[in-house]
Amino acid sequence: MSTTTTRTDGAAARPQDGSGDGPTADGAAPRRSRWRGPRARVRLLELAFLAPAVLYLLAFFGYPVVQNLLMGFQDYTTRTFVTGEAPWVGLDNYATVLGDPAFGRTALNTAIFTVGSIAGQFVLGLAIAVFFRRRFPLGNLLRSLLLLPWLIPLIAASAVWGWILDRDNGVLNQVLGALGIVSGSPGWLTDTSLALVAVIVVNIWIGIPFNTTILYAGLQDVPEELYEAGSLDGATGWRAFRHITWPLLRPVVTVVLVLGVVYTLKVLDVILGLTQGGPAGATQTLAVQSYNLSFTQFEFGLGAAVGNVLIVVSLLFAVLYLRANRRAVDE
Amino acid sequence: MSLNASLPVPDAARPAGDARRSAPDGGAPAPARRRRRSWGSTAVGVALLAVLLFPLYWMVNVSLQPAGSASRTSWFPSQLSFEGYRTAFEQQSGNLVTSLVVSLGAVALSLVIAAPAAYALAQFRIRYAGVVLFGVLISQMIPGIIVANALYSAYNDLGLLNTVGGLVLADATAGIPFAILILLAFMRSLEPSLVEAARVDGAGPIRAFVSVVLPISRNALITAGLFTFLFAWGDFLFALTLTTTADVRPITLGLYQYIGTYVSDWSTVMATAVMASLPAIALLVLAQRYVAAGVTGGAVK
Repeated sequence: MSTTTTRTDGAAARPQDGSGDGPTADGAAPRRSRWRGPRARVRLLELAFLAPAVLYLLAFFGYPVVQNLLMGFQDYTTRTFVTGEAPWVGLDNYATVLGDPAFGRTALNTAIFTVGSIAGQFVLGLAIAVFFRRRFPLGNLLRSLLLLPWLIPLIAASAVWGWILDRDNGVLNQVLGALGIVSGSPGWLTDTSLALVAVIVVNIWIGIPFNTTILYAGLQDVPEELYEAGSLDGATGWRAFRHITWPLLRPVVTVVLVLGVVYTLKVLDVILGLTQGGPAGATQTLAVQSYNLSFTQFEFGLGAAVGNVLIVVSLLFAVLYLRANRRAVDE
Repeated sequence: MSLNASLPVPDAARPAGDARRSAPDGGAPAPARRRRRSWGSTAVGVALLAVLLFPLYWMVNVSLQPAGSASRTSWFPSQLSFEGYRTAFEQQSGNLVTSLVVSLGAVALSLVIAAPAAYALAQFRIRYAGVVLFGVLISQMIPGIIVANALYSAYNDLGLLNTVGGLVLADATAGIPFAILILLAFMRSLEPSLVEAARVDGAGPIRAFVSVVLPISRNALITAGLFTFLFAWGDFLFALTLTTTADVRPITLGLYQYIGTYVSDWSTVMATAVMASLPAIALLVLAQRYVAAGVTGGAVK
């Protein structure tokens, strides 16, 4: 790369230099000489700082997205790995996937899973964040312990929840049975009408620490004086929250919610660890279906088609996120 | 331009200690009534934690009980048994080593790539820097299954399936964008004069970066590194899709295979889950302030 460094305007160029000017001085350089002259070396060096990251992002995010887009139009199966052939099939994959009577169920599951998880995580997370805003002994210690469910591997969390929710030996049914709340033993993960709820509850449990921490940080930025002023006007408790906390927290809330949606859409570990999308597709979301098609049925074309639907939905929310973020900056 | 600006700058990433968080609790003599109320809050807080952390207690509890004894697990490990750990360790120690190697590799790769990039984005005037930052933010939103879908065939062609290197590269997909954002938040706050002073002394951009910028970024680097480690350690999707044999198998995948096949012996499964959770627990104990900074600073996962 550095071979392009030819010093034509050598007036100020001392040998082995050119780094003397601070990087900020370069902005004023005429555009024509961008790749020539003593500053060119600095400029190239500066680009070299960024280049590895750009290349990595292109290879590990750009390429997969493009490749998925293409695979969605191809008959890409295990045979492809042997013969190297992946015939173009137009919209066949999409017709197959979207025409499948189970697709409506999958889309609905995805919506319920996402909305249910976010609602639970957010409401509980906010309540806990508001609670920890009071200063009390051991508050900081307790607040950081709260992070544990979020820090352990998702698959470890799934493992223990799978055992807690186990139909015959799980502690949940043990307790519920002893209290006489339920009759019989509900199969939390094996009953088609319960599994989705169970998976959502586990995902809420995992997401609470993240929501609490971000919202807590947002709450810290609400000036204490506002509450003091508010209390003089009779705004305490719920009214203080409604009229002081909430309006000021709004930008952070938007970010948390939109990020929550994007991250929940791609959840895979929890569902695979608990139910693998079953029973009978009751917990199958778009991400899980994409995985199952690609990696258990080896129909990579179909898996990519579902994945592309997922990307479109995610990007929609990503745009919302970026707009919300920008608005937050403007305010 | 600062798309990430609404998120607070991570505490540990700040150069000096931040007084705000560590406001003394009982510094001023509080009236007795208030003090009683605050201990009441502590009681509520402990109860809350007890409920939320119950699954983790259960994990440890089951892991310490005799394997497959009764159908019902007792509430306390009164019959203490380390049998589960012994079996788990015998069968999973290789996987633990794999996880460790892969995670450390992902940390090294992520920091080597992210630190210069964050510095460039923060301090250099580079055209299209906004586009790159946009790419970093968007990349965090791309579902992992999309990446896995495409990487499987690419890895198959390149011979990267079932290799440590392949997993390191794939696991860094979580670490690199995150590390860039964490480090960027810190490096934006750097005084350019610090670097300029070094440059006046004759240091080139690389020397200035290595000998001035990196040392003062220590806290932010630690935060980014710790989280990158946890992301890679907890990775399950890439382990599941990009390995097909037992040669290179991280602990998460070992655990997953237990769940499917080994259900009769839950103490071993839970012992494995505890071992897989140890880095997270160690981190929280040893590096608490970096952890809080990481959660708010990157707003990821």
